[in-house]
Formats: sequence, C-alpha cells, structure tokens
Amino acid sequence: MKELKVLAVVVFFTLVTYWGVEPFAHSQMHKHVEGHDFAYPDINASGVKGNAANGKNLIAACTGCHGIESQGMKAPMDALASSAAYGVNPPDLSNAGAVFDEKFLIAFMQNPAHTAKAKPNFAMPPSASSAQDAADIAAYLKSIAPKEVTPKEAFVTACGRCHADRYGKWTQIGDVPKTKSNIKTGNDVELAQFKINLAKYQDKLASYMGKLPPDLSIISRARSEHYLKTFVEDPQAVLHGTAMPRVGVTKEGFEKVYAYLESTGDPSKAERERVGPWVLLYFVIFTLLAYGWYKSQWKGLK
Amino acid sequence: MSNRRDFMGMALGGFAGLGALGALYAAKRTWDPLPSVKAGGFTTLDLSNVPENTLVVEKWRGKPILIIKVAKDDKAYKDKRLITVDGHKFMITIGLCTHLGCIPDYFPDQHQFICPCHGGQFDAAGEVTKAPPPSPLVIPPFKIDGKKVVLGEEGPEYKKLKAAGLVA
Amino acid sequence: MAHFDPNAKPFSHKWMNERLGVDTLKRVLSTEYWIPKNINFLWAMGMVLAATFGVLLISGIFLLMYYVPTTKEAFDSVNFTIMSQVGYGWLWRHIHGVAASVVFLIIYIHMFTGIYYGSYKKGRELIWISGMLLFVSFSAEAFSGYMLPWGQMSYWAGMVITNLFSLGSLELNGLVEWIRGDYVPGQAFLSRFFMLHVLLMPLLIIGLIVLHFGTLRLPHVNNKDGEEIDFEAEAEKWKAGQRKEAKVIPFNPVFLSKDVFVMGIYFIFFFYLVFYHFEFAMDPVNFDPADGLKTPPHIYPEWYFLWSYEILRPFSKDIGLIWFGFAQVIFMLLPFLDRSPNVAPANKRGPFKIWFWLLLIDMIGLTIMGKLPPIDPWSQFGTVFAYTFIALWIALPFITKMEKPVGGK
Repeated sequence: MKELKVLAVVVFFTLVTYWGVEPFAHSQMHKHVEGHDFAYPDINASGVKGNAANGKNLIAACTGCHGIESQGMKAPMDALASSAAYGVNPPDLSNAGAVFDEKFLIAFMQNPAHTAKAKPNFAMPPSASSAQDAADIAAYLKSIAPKEVTPKEAFVTACGRCHADRYGKWTQIGDVPKTKSNIKTGNDVELAQFKINLAKYQDKLASYMGKLPPDLSIISRARSEHYLKTFVEDPQAVLHGTAMPRVGVTKEGFEKVYAYLESTGDPSKAERERVGPWVLLYFVIFTLLAYGWYKSQWKGLK
Repeated sequence: MSNRRDFMGMALGGFAGLGALGALYAAKRTWDPLPSVKAGGFTTLDLSNVPENTLVVEKWRGKPILIIKVAKDDKAYKDKRLITVDGHKFMITIGLCTHLGCIPDYFPDQHQFICPCHGGQFDAAGEVTKAPPPSPLVIPPFKIDGKKVVLGEEGPEYKKLKAAGLVA
Repeated sequence: MAHFDPNAKPFSHKWMNERLGVDTLKRVLSTEYWIPKNINFLWAMGMVLAATFGVLLISGIFLLMYYVPTTKEAFDSVNFTIMSQVGYGWLWRHIHGVAASVVFLIIYIHMFTGIYYGSYKKGRELIWISGMLLFVSFSAEAFSGYMLPWGQMSYWAGMVITNLFSLGSLELNGLVEWIRGDYVPGQAFLSRFFMLHVLLMPLLIIGLIVLHFGTLRLPHVNNKDGEEIDFEAEAEKWKAGQRKEAKVIPFNPVFLSKDVFVMGIYFIFFFYLVFYHFEFAMDPVNFDPADGLKTPPHIYPEWYFLWSYEILRPFSKDIGLIWFGFAQVIFMLLPFLDRSPNVAPANKRGPFKIWFWLLLIDMIGLTIMGKLPPIDPWSQFGTVFAYTFIALWIALPFITKMEKPVGGK
C-alpha cells in the first residue's frame, strides 16, 4: 500500500540520521578500548604460595599506616591527619582481600607506584621485601576478608578515600553524620565541623592528586558501563596521563563497585523497568481500539 | 453503521479515560511529601540528662516541643498527663498556647508557664491554671524507647492517654 | 442586539448557544471543518505535534514543582531530588527530555511534508510562515530548557551559542556579556533562561499555535495531489449523504479518527524511547556538573541544531556567521522563492523533485557532519554539504520559474 511506502521512506531517513548522529559519531569521538576482564596480563604471577599465618606476623609492615578494623587494629592516624601527612587516607584493609586481585596485591606491595601506574609521588612506599612476604600478607588479607562484601563496602574500600558520592551521603572522610541543630540559634556545630574537616581533606587530596577526584554520584549515567569497566581496569589505557592510579580490583570487585555506582546514579532503574511494559501494553491496546474507531469511521468512504 | 462508529468511539474514549486516571495517579504521587520530609516527621528525644524543673525545648515537625522533668515535690507530680521514662516523670507537650498559638515561657520558681501574649497560665503538667487558654497543652504522639522518647509514633502509653481524653 | 429567550433554562443547549454560539463554533471548528479525503498519515503530524507539546507542558509542570534555578542547586534538584526522591519524578524527567528531542523529528517531518506537497503557496503562505516562526520558537524553547540542568553541556553550549552574538569581527563582546548578564554563563544567565523557558517562550508558542490554526482555516488543508477543491460543493455532497463521492470529510469525527490512530502508534514508539532508549535525548556529557574550568573534549548541540551548526563550521568566522544567518532565515522565504504556481507533490514537478530529495539528503548530511569531529574527511564532506545547501536555495527561483504547469487545475 502506498501509505506503507511513505512510512518506509520516513523511517529509513530517520534511522539513517539516528545512526549517523549516535552510534557512528560516538564511535568516531571515543575510540573503543578493549579491556582484559581484569586479568592484568602485564603482571606476572608471583610463582610462590602465600602462607596466611606468616602473613599475620608480617602485618606490622602495613599497620604503620593502615587500619584493619575487623581485627581490632585501628589506623594510627585519622583521615584528616593522614591527608596532611600523605595527601590521602590509607584505606582500611578489612575487606581488601575480597575486593583486590591477589596477583595485583603481591606485585603492588613490592612496587606500589609502578604496579598502580601512578605518579612518582604515590603515597605508599614499597612495603614487602620479597615476593614470598608479599604473597604471605596477601594470603592473610584474603583469610580475614568476609566471604561477601556489600556494594557499598566494595566502593568504600576500592574508591572511597579519593572519591565522594554525595547522593549516597558518602564523603572521603566517611558518611555524612546525622546531626541536630541548636534549637536556639539554628546552628549545627557538629555538621559545620565535619564540613571543615572534609574541606581540609579535599584540599590536601587535590594537592596530592593534581585535582580533586570527581564525585561519583551519577557517573553511571555520565559514562557507559564499558567505559567505567575499562577505565577502572587500566586508567592510562582509556585516559592517558590521568592521575587516577590502577587500583587492582577483581572482576567481582568491580561488579560490586558498579552496583553501588548504579544505586546512586540510576536508582529509578528498577521502577522504570517495572512500569515500562505496562505503559507500552496500554498504548498497544489504545492503538488497537483507535484502529477500530478509525476503520469504522472510514468504512465506505474510499 | 452509526452505532458501530459510536461504540468504537466510546470504547476508545473510555480507555483513554483510564489512561488519564493512571496519569493522575502518577501526578498525585509527584505531589506527595518527599522521603526526607516524611523521615523528618520523627524526632528522638534523649531524656537521660535533662535537669529537673528546667525547660528544655526541642523541635518536631516544625513545632516547638516543651519538656519539663517534674520534681517530686511539684504540685503537678501526680498528674495523669505526665509520662514516665526511666523512673522519672516528664511533661512533653507541643509548645503552642491553646488560646492563640504563642509559645509560653516557663518560670521554674513558680512551677508555672505564663504565656506572654494574653497572660494565660499552665502548670508543670500542661494543665490550664489561668484563662484565656481553653484547654491544656497538647501532647504529641510519642513512643517510649528505654531512656528515649520518639515523637511522631503512637506508642501504647500515648494510646492510653488518648483513650482517656488526656492528650488535648 | 442578540436575542435572549427569558424562558431558556440556564446552561441548557439553547441558553449556551445564545451566549457562546456553541453550535456555530462546533460546526466551524469541528463537525463542518472540511478536510480533503485524499491524504495519508503524514497529515496527522500536526496533531502529533500538538499532543507532544501538551506532553511537554504537563511533564514540565511537574518538573517545575521541584526544580531549583540556582547554579548551586540546579543539577542536584534534577538528578537527585527529581530522579530519586520525587514520586514518578524520573518518569516526568524522561518524558520531558525524550519529548523535547522527538518533537523536532516530528517538526522536520511536518515541514518536509509541507515542502513536498507545496502546502506553502496559493493562499497558504501564512501557514508556512507561522509554522517557521513556531520552529524558531521551539528552537529557543529547547535551547533555554537545555541550560536548566546546569550540566557540562548546558554550560558550554550556553557559552558557545552566546558567543555567536559577538558577530565575528564586529567583536560585540559587550553585547554577549549583556545577553548573559555576566562575563560567563552564571546565575544571571541561568535565571533569565529559566524565565524564558518557563513563561515567555511557552506563551509565545501558544499564541503562534493559535495563529497557525487560524491561518489554516480559510485556505483549508492541502491534499496529496494538490488539487484545488471546491469545499462548499463537496461539503454539500457529504451532507446530502454522498459520503463516498464527496472529496471531503469532516474534521470531527472522521479526520480525527485517523489522527488518533496515528497518535497511538506514535505513543508506542515514544514511550518505548522514554523507558528503554533515551540516551540520544539525555546526553551523558550533561550528567557531569557544569565546570567553567574544564571544557569537555567534544561540545555539540542537540541533534536538531546540528545542520545549521555545521553550516557555520567550514567557513572563516565572518563568512560562517553570514551563511549561518542565511540558513536561519531562508526557509521562511520559501513561498516567495518558489516561482512556480504549481501546487502538486514534488514527484510531479520535474526539477523540483530532484531539488527536494537533494535538500533532504543534504540536511541529513549536514546533521551527521555537525556531530562528527571537525577533521578530515568529515570537514571536507561538511564543506560540500554546506555549499550544496547554499546552491540549492539560490537555484530554487530559477528551476521553479522554468517549471512546466502540472496537468489539471
């Protein structure tokens, strides 16, 4: 029918325009980077088997800067003091064994700046004198880590000391506390103090990194999942020259982190996918009824 | 012929009306108070360090809340409106005079509230002792939780007071 | 002096007629508004546009309840409050963003339908001009709306487009700063574009829609063959019951029934995009909060502005601005540049047929090149497309003057 031919022409030109402006143009603007699914091919396996018990003995090499809350070991300095000393707050290691790749950790402990592909001023110095020592510590960390970490725990461990997520009420120095304001003045001194501490921390962090790492509240809508996955796996491959270090998460670790990012970046996704089919069904029925009315009105007219 | 046209038109119109109702429902939900507002509807009062016979003012749903830890020798100590928390008796009321809504001041020496607007007076249990306020200070919905009280929730003690006609 | 029957019951049919002329209104605008029968689904695009404008208005009303027009709070009022805190806030935002983009697809289809069938001449010049004024108003509305989320694209598109007003070598930087209300896009800029988007442009658009409908009434809707119909005679046939022989149908309910069917199909497509495929309308770059100290690697306008943006790019600063201005205005002059009296579909108009398809392909080409980075070979193609655009419009008076009359009336 002639009318279908007209529709086909309209659809054809619309699709050509869409293709050119969206998939094609974006492929030209952003070169596709293929990741390695967090296999870290440039890092060789250590070749030694780690002994967790020995790792526990060696852990003092780490607790000079890092806390391990789950084992009752508090960090020697709080976040703010750490930032003044090192530029950034060394992460608590309670969940490290669940989130970071073992091969990565072993190489990292021996040569942090190089393994993280970070700038020479990287805060952590080499902290294991041999591959065996590093493997032992990594095995210990794995042994104390919980079987499953929540998405937020993964995010806090892998990203949280540089990146805030304000929609999730997370800042680089911890969750925004619940405070009460003074009923007589309206002032909230506790919150004001928290904000001052956060500002000081961020100033030190921005100095150390070169700029303040961006808030990740809505990053899951500002970048594609593929981009974030390849970026976290190897920042230099996607954004050459970036200050962000390679953090060495496992594939599962990234999936947990991404789940957290999606929870703050696209929280309505579940509801959207629930409501969508019903709205579409409604309009399909509407169109069928409209077709019936149209046909009844035009019967015998042509 | 015309009947079929009319029927189809009415069926379509009816179905479109259904869609409009759905859209109106979504619109109603958009108008609903935000989660942060609903969460702010509950205030927890920590009564463990309240000094006796001293006015403590809190805020609940934008309104002032007056709290008095009533002394044992106060005339109002036996008043049924008082709430017992951790062995102590407290007056917890909305701090708006039931006459025209001003916030009454507390005078500890006299164990009395005196409203600055028209001179109305309430005792340490919130009962009216001098006109013009027509009724006692209102007790907000509350729930006792150990040494704390949560305003905004109707606990069993509140329900008892309400049934006895003592909350307002 | 109108006659008022004292015995007429208040709000009865007779009573309403005496005061509002409801029967006459109904006849003139609805049951005896005669539309040619010889049409296809493209004739429904006008109603689809009206429906989409309604959708934008309603979704906009709900967004307006929670949007905060300050540079500090705008981004989070949209991306946190509306998207995650407000009941169905995400739905209104998705609807509004997708509708703002799809409306231009329908506008272009509607425009090119008018060009193809010659619906801009022989009494229909004002329909065309009021329609082009609507295109300009919708463009201003879309641009001002895009500023409001205050993302990176909002800021930098605002910066680039207001810079155009420096008018190249004239260096009218004072004018640019006056438009912005500041040296760079900031609070003053955001507030005034908020005013434009929420009040002034919608009022203007509503007024222009009324005008557009008004300019259509007397010349009547065109038909697929461009045939000049004697609407009075055909209407008499219809009213006498000769519904098959009559060349016209009443707007309500016959034309409307086809409109509503086309709208049903449109809404299936529209809501599919709203729920499942919306990134073309909600560009990821605008999910980075505005940062005046960091230019995004790629700045581009929304897809519907790309063709005219691309005309700017191949030329030097001043020449580009001249051709850019030319492109904005030239469509408005179509009824006067087309020198042929033929009202007929393009495929019956000889060289105009080629002109039409070349124009369409050229504008799509400009659109795609406008999105691509300004490097070879894209900038070379863009230059060819830009020159073709200019050449087509200059050629139009000549090729239409030579046009042979189309058979029949």
